[in-house]
Amino acid sequence: MKIEEFKDFTIQDYHHLLEEKKISPLELVNIFLERIEEGEDKIHAFLFVNEEKAKNEAREKTDNWPEELPPLWGLPVAIKDNICTQGMPTTCGSKMLENFVSPYDATVVERLKAAGAIILGKTNMDEFAMGSSTENSTFGPTHNPLDLRRTPGGSSGGSAASVCALEAPCALGSDTGGSVRQPAAFCGVVGLRPTYGRVPRYGVVGLASSLDQAGPITRKVEDAITILEVISGKDSRDSTCAPYPPFSRNEIPSLEDIRKIKVGVPREYFSSRVEKVIGEKIQEALGKLKGEGVELVEVSLPHTDYALEAYYIVASAEASSNLARYDGVMYGLRVEGEDLQDMYFETRTLGFGKEVKRRIILGTYSLSSGHYDEYYLKSMKVRTLVRKDFEEALKQCNLLITPTTPSFPFFLGEETQDLYERYTDDIFTIPSALAGLPSLSLNCGYEGGLPVGLQIIGGPFEEGKLLGLALWLEKLLALPSPFPELKEGRGQ
Amino acid sequence: MSDFTTTIGLEVHCQLLTQAKMFCRCSTDYIGKEPNTLVCPVCLGLPGSLPVLNQKVVELALRAALALHCQILPQTLFHRKNYFYPDLPKGYQISQYNLPIGIDGFLEFYSQGVRKKARIRRIHIEEDAGKLVHEGAFLPPGTSGVDCNRCGIPLVEIVTEPDLSSPEEARDCLMMLRNIVCYLEVSDGNMEEGSLRCDANISLSSSSLTGVKVEVKNMNSFRSVYRALSYEVERQRKLLEEGKPVFQETRHWDEIKGVTVSARGKEEAEDYRYFPDPDLLPFSLKTEMIEEIKSGLLELPLEKEERFMTQYELSQGEAEILVQDREIADFFEDTLRNFNKPRMVCNWIVTEVFRNLKELGTTISRAKITPSHLAELLKMVDRKEISGTMAKSVLEEMFTSGARAREIVTRRGMALINDEKELENIVKEVIEKNPQSVADYLSGKEKALQFLIGQVMKETRGQADPELTRNILIKVLSSEE
Repeated sequence: MKIEEFKDFTIQDYHHLLEEKKISPLELVNIFLERIEEGEDKIHAFLFVNEEKAKNEAREKTDNWPEELPPLWGLPVAIKDNICTQGMPTTCGSKMLENFVSPYDATVVERLKAAGAIILGKTNMDEFAMGSSTENSTFGPTHNPLDLRRTPGGSSGGSAASVCALEAPCALGSDTGGSVRQPAAFCGVVGLRPTYGRVPRYGVVGLASSLDQAGPITRKVEDAITILEVISGKDSRDSTCAPYPPFSRNEIPSLEDIRKIKVGVPREYFSSRVEKVIGEKIQEALGKLKGEGVELVEVSLPHTDYALEAYYIVASAEASSNLARYDGVMYGLRVEGEDLQDMYFETRTLGFGKEVKRRIILGTYSLSSGHYDEYYLKSMKVRTLVRKDFEEALKQCNLLITPTTPSFPFFLGEETQDLYERYTDDIFTIPSALAGLPSLSLNCGYEGGLPVGLQIIGGPFEEGKLLGLALWLEKLLALPSPFPELKEGRGQ
Repeated sequence: MSDFTTTIGLEVHCQLLTQAKMFCRCSTDYIGKEPNTLVCPVCLGLPGSLPVLNQKVVELALRAALALHCQILPQTLFHRKNYFYPDLPKGYQISQYNLPIGIDGFLEFYSQGVRKKARIRRIHIEEDAGKLVHEGAFLPPGTSGVDCNRCGIPLVEIVTEPDLSSPEEARDCLMMLRNIVCYLEVSDGNMEEGSLRCDANISLSSSSLTGVKVEVKNMNSFRSVYRALSYEVERQRKLLEEGKPVFQETRHWDEIKGVTVSARGKEEAEDYRYFPDPDLLPFSLKTEMIEEIKSGLLELPLEKEERFMTQYELSQGEAEILVQDREIADFFEDTLRNFNKPRMVCNWIVTEVFRNLKELGTTISRAKITPSHLAELLKMVDRKEISGTMAKSVLEEMFTSGARAREIVTRRGMALINDEKELENIVKEVIEKNPQSVADYLSGKEKALQFLIGQVMKETRGQADPELTRNILIKVLSSEE
């Protein structure tokens, strides 16, 4: 089979092919490895391609074809490089961990493998997930397959690009303030950030522990459901993981009930910050729902404007502590120095990039005595207010719809304007992350070949409703899945 | 010379007696193990690993907090204490900060026969760090290594108020604290192996001078706590008398030189940037759990001491020695069950039993002697079947062979000679052989009688009834007059 034939495939479609033995895991893996070979010098979505092991595993599966296939049996999956994979590099896009090989699998990887998935490789990302363009990767940026001059977004840019270019049928990313949803929006694919505590964090290298959630990046909403069913559910190794069973598609209401859902449109998300076309595309999608009889209500999330600042303080504070372990003592980079102090200094100076250092300094400052109350504590209070905003809004409706990003993917290498400006790229993905709410980005249209991401936000653990609406909306929009030709310049 | 008041407060770290570490399943049995063999991604702080609290830790810490009469906070949580050191793999220690498990308690103890009370400021839970190794089979010369076997072992830190007014009191307070944690099986309290560690804050003040706090570290035994603090009292007194300032600083006790040394260079106050650990959830201590642990608390050393004083009419000193080790106290009471003469049992335990334990380098629980066997031996002494001297030798054998007293006495043919006729003959022989002592005795030297009794004992290999011997000697000697 040819890669083009998979353009509109869902995971279930692959599953059926495998069930009917129309394709073998080895053939499937080889097709994707070929596609990677073809696309990587232009896209650079992968930091590591697990060629040998993936083939071996596929061969082994091909030789031991079970009667009943587990849900992801034989399916290649790409994994963001901050999710631990045993015996493979886990670099977090950082020089600090350039040669680090994890001795264990993250819970989510363990679950993917148990469901039969084959790990295709590790995808590029902004260093330690700090950034929204993959330009902060030590190993060079990833290019947006839809326009190679542009960013695929970040920090899970490699995962989103690989799925967009069909170098992988699906991928895992991680979302702290929008790192799954924003690149999904920029690459015209689906990105789901589950409710905080829905998916175990064990083995997902911590950026900001109270915000990090791993989530699927897929070509179809249906696939996000399939992956979520596999990776979610309580984990005895993660105290912050909710003691709930895995998500099940049975939690998705019937279409009849989905039609009765009241959709809230928060007015703060349609300000002048949003590029006009993006606002229009979202309105169009909302219009479609309205045409189907869905009730739309305008709601307000009054603390939206403060969320960004609070996020950068809380996330940086946690990151400054989480990244303290990279000290050159036990693993990762070590630069020898005159004495211990010097070794720490040299190692961290050389091992971390600019953005990481900036956030470590920011976080350290906001936690230091004399500043704690003013910054960290205050930000935590803002966080509570943001959460309450959503609670209030979700009393008036069942789900919220917003743009995922205020702008289109920017050009790579574009002089990073004002830093603050760059941080505001995450302005629509941050609030629901702070509130720990499930949020999904879905392509709702193209403008000049560039996709527009629409975000659906739900109440805690209400992935069922959220995915139900997303499935339906995807069907109403009936947009083609991306299959880029991988040429310079615009083009879909 | 001016009068100074000494003020001391203690900070005590106790390793908790859990099977598994605080946040992972690794074993805590690290003493003597090859470096870095009791480790996993969690206690090594590998990227992506997360802590999960071992509930046993909370239970043991609660036990200690309740025994120290602390107020238990209904909700508590863990903070991160951030600092860089090679033995701290995560770059932060998971500890408790403004919401420790217990606050405002107290501890009572005896110091030089006087009952004292030290208030407990707080008790909190934290994880231990690893150890730096500077030499050993695993290291090339001139290099240092980190052994992470100890990383993540649960500790409680107990902080007293500055209520102690002398090095003796500080030592006695620490000893009582150790007793309590050992009694409750919260910790093994071994200072030499580092499962109990003590730092002290000490200052001297007078009516005209406010005290300056000096922190003393590296004291590895009760004796070194006493010596180090005594040294500090003298050092500070001298400085103050000479009108020189005492600096607020940390000083390390040098056991060999017997001095404290300034740990200068680490003087700038570190900012640990405490914040709630987002990897762990706050947890609440349910009233039922607190009540359950409270009701399960065993009798504490001081309570036992006081009971021994009233119930068995022992002196405070006697009772104190017995209760210092819960196993000894139990052994004492178990012995009484078969031989109810508390004073006598106490005397035998604190002298002969202790001596044998020390010589064999063992503890009462590992020794071959049982309370009922000791009772049997003491009964024989009490009935004058054997002499005290004989009993001592029998006890020795009981310790080495585990045989029973009666068996040893029979085998050795050691029954006490209490036949008056037989003894009188021996006495006469002794008198004949020692004319000088007889003359001394007759001229009023009482000591000579003791010597003659000793000679009779020698003749009978200790089997003569001492009371009877004495009476016969006096009788025979008075007839010599």
